[in-house]
Amino acid sequence: MTEQTMKQWLLTDTPTSRRHAKISAFYQGWLSFRSNTMAMIGLGILVALVVIAAAAPLLSPHDPYVQDLGNRLAPLGTDGHIFGTDSLGRDILSRLIYGARITLYIVALVALIAPVAGLLVGTISGYVGGWTDTVLMRITDIFLAFPRLVLALAFVAALGAGIENAVLAISLTAWPPYARIARAETLTIRSSDYISAIKLQGAGALRIITKHIWPLCISSLIVRVTLDMAGIILAAAGLGFLGLGAQPPSPEWGAMISEGRRFILDHWWVATMPGLAIFTVSLAFNLLGDGLRDVLDPKAGE
Amino acid sequence: MTTLLDVENLWVRFPTRQGVFDAVRGVSFTLGRERLGIVGESGSGKSMTGRAILRLIRPPGIVEADHINLEGVNLLDKSEKEMRDVRGQRISMVMQDPKFSLNPVMTIGDQIIEAYRLHNSVSKSAAYNKSLEMLEAVSIRDSERVMRAYPHEMSGGMGQRIMIAMMLIPNPEILIADEPTSALDVSVQRQVLDIMDKLVKERGMGLIFISHDLNLVADFCDRVLIMYAGRIVEVCDADKLHDAKHPYTRGLLNSLPRLDAPRNRLEVLQRDPAWSDTPSVSGRE
Amino acid sequence: MTMSDDNNERRPSRAPLSATMWPVARTTIRTLGSIAVTLLGLLFVTFIIGRVMPIDPVLAIVGERASQATYDAVYQQLGLDKPLIVQFLYYIWDVLHLDFGTSLLNARPVSEDIARVFPATLELATLGIIFGVVLGVPLGVLAAVRKGSWIDQVARVLALVGYSMPIFWLGLMGLLIFYGILGWVGGPGRVGIFYVDVVPSVTGLILVDSIIDGNWDVFRDAFSHIILPASLLGYYSLAYISRMTRSFMLEQLSAEYVTTARVKGMSEWDVIWKHAFKNIRVQLITVIALSYAGLLEGSVLTEIIFSWPGIGSYITTALLSADMNAVLGGTVVVGLIFILLNIFSDLLYKVFDPRAK
Repeated sequence: MTEQTMKQWLLTDTPTSRRHAKISAFYQGWLSFRSNTMAMIGLGILVALVVIAAAAPLLSPHDPYVQDLGNRLAPLGTDGHIFGTDSLGRDILSRLIYGARITLYIVALVALIAPVAGLLVGTISGYVGGWTDTVLMRITDIFLAFPRLVLALAFVAALGAGIENAVLAISLTAWPPYARIARAETLTIRSSDYISAIKLQGAGALRIITKHIWPLCISSLIVRVTLDMAGIILAAAGLGFLGLGAQPPSPEWGAMISEGRRFILDHWWVATMPGLAIFTVSLAFNLLGDGLRDVLDPKAGE
Repeated sequence: MTTLLDVENLWVRFPTRQGVFDAVRGVSFTLGRERLGIVGESGSGKSMTGRAILRLIRPPGIVEADHINLEGVNLLDKSEKEMRDVRGQRISMVMQDPKFSLNPVMTIGDQIIEAYRLHNSVSKSAAYNKSLEMLEAVSIRDSERVMRAYPHEMSGGMGQRIMIAMMLIPNPEILIADEPTSALDVSVQRQVLDIMDKLVKERGMGLIFISHDLNLVADFCDRVLIMYAGRIVEVCDADKLHDAKHPYTRGLLNSLPRLDAPRNRLEVLQRDPAWSDTPSVSGRE
Repeated sequence: MTMSDDNNERRPSRAPLSATMWPVARTTIRTLGSIAVTLLGLLFVTFIIGRVMPIDPVLAIVGERASQATYDAVYQQLGLDKPLIVQFLYYIWDVLHLDFGTSLLNARPVSEDIARVFPATLELATLGIIFGVVLGVPLGVLAAVRKGSWIDQVARVLALVGYSMPIFWLGLMGLLIFYGILGWVGGPGRVGIFYVDVVPSVTGLILVDSIIDGNWDVFRDAFSHIILPASLLGYYSLAYISRMTRSFMLEQLSAEYVTTARVKGMSEWDVIWKHAFKNIRVQLITVIALSYAGLLEGSVLTEIIFSWPGIGSYITTALLSADMNAVLGGTVVVGLIFILLNIFSDLLYKVFDPRAK
């Protein structure tokens, strides 16, 4: 197949198979996404982040944990330490690079736990209806009524500081919006004709939910998750800053800011660099989320 | 017949990513103290023509014309501020669905009074009385209650009569009615039309009646412009519509069921690309 | 926003005049019921958090070296020997009496502590929300009216940056630049060291107290201290409020009644403010209420950066010293304010939107 015909095959109005239609729709989505420069920048930054995290040992010039008290608080551009060193003489650049791993780890875990929990609660609530719906939505409302960061703080306080507990606390505060979205989608899908058609063919509740409702909830959930990522990163950094997330000497960005805070007036770079890193990554997620929303969920845009 | 409005070579353009889209392409017509129908399918540019006369096309849309003369004065030469004195007071417009064209959070009274007071410096109570009068003119009994009510409490037919009252209260010379009955129940369509017709006649106004409904227009108007793809393809007197010559008009007529000439199978409109290329027919008198 | 959804579902159908009282009463009861359930849930969650924490509350009071008898006495005194459900009822009873227990740090009632620190947070968040509304709403309206223009782009970038920046880091940078380098504003704390406790505390809001006292030196000093953290918080609410305002306005500006207003011959200014804006007031109130609640929360991190003696500092200090009563007390209070703000915006919704009646 030549370049030209491949393109035609992808852009066809008359797909020949279900798979063909899927690939074609995906390709057209990608085309409109690609024309969104800001979203592409966001995607680029995130790809770079993943690469950096994966290749951290190769990329970082120093061991992020090795202290060099003779060379503490070296300024920006010092020989061998482009971003300077922190209060224990550790190379800030190397710590930032290794910190990318922690950030991705937190984001990935929360992005796995919260939407899945929300999807489960939301679809069950919407599909079963009645008392189940009332009770589940009441619980969702209660969690929504909570100030998220304060609730996360209280959770971490109870569970003990640490990166896994931070993930758990953030997930516990992040799932309710997903449940609401999934429920709303389920309600519209449930009453549509094709669901009745499948029911007549003898499909059970489990099959309908997993095969027909979930796939349709996914795209709005993906958009929401991407837009929430920035918030998750900021929350995780906030917990780290308060000393409730990743524990020292782990190079978590929020914790690094907290450490640099003591020297902010004299050695500003120690706190500034990790802040810039957090800012860049959450900005990238916001840009990507905006772009995805335009492609996957055009109604919600603007 | 006195000419109220004279439109010459009107274009409405919208720049899009794929290039400039011409919604209206060189339309010319005049309007006297008559009922002029503009008929066409969705996207034929009939609504855009109505809105362009009031200069309501928002940027990035562009309106161009040799002139749009209102009693000899070119509206295109007016500043936006001068245009505001034309809107409402001299040319007014009734839109399709009162559910959307009335402000949901203002009482009906406030909206009618506002329309009146924008062009008449009178006291609130005088405007209130005038509004009551106007509501009664559109056959709304119980007008004091209606004045206090909100749009969502009204039925479609009521809403459209309120809309007509609101648009006629500053006593304009021209009324543009953009599909005024399409959103209404069939049972009240006729009633609303009659009220509008009566008021327009009484006041000696010019009416531009925009619709997709050929039969309705033939029935209701004096003269009809048929638009296709942004152009006028045919002009004829309403009572002679069934003798129309243009293939598009003929096609439309033939695709409608008729009681006096029943057929087993209605024709499907066959489009000829040449229709959209031929120059616009002038609707001038 | 959740409550407004419920309203739509539950909006009573139009009833004849004689029967209007009944649906009103029913809606009120329902609303009160749902508030009660939400409150109960809030308390239940904090109660559970308090139970699963790894700290032994008895040990925390009696100390390591207390005898078994003392330990048991305190154990019973705290009601820990009773079943969980009874303990929970006790807990509700206490909270209803605004009794959050005693702080383990200073042995004072937590409620007194909160009453003391809360005005500082209130002052900060209120100034912040004023900043956010006064600038954010016009910016959002303008961005919608001139969609695609430079002002729209500026609004977009401002919002994007606001959504993406860690608030505690921005606070640090603000301190570094405006206090450390430029010296334009006062540093951390509510007032400079010479002005501490100079004016008598009437409202607890130092700006107000200094005006009451007529002490303009204190006012100026307090203002120079509050302006930076308040603007930062304000910036975050501006980002959110301007974005939401823009999208609400865009929706309204494309509505047909806006064309109607133009057809009437209204000026564009009146079309925007008298017609379109009137239609977003209700949604905007909800957004502002949520945003205000968000600021109370956002102040947790900001207060730490600026050594601001408010409820955020109080909760985090308590957290780091495992003072669980104080943490939970603070959480319940902030949660209560969230719920109250929700109810408040819900009530205003009913006042302003004729369709909600």
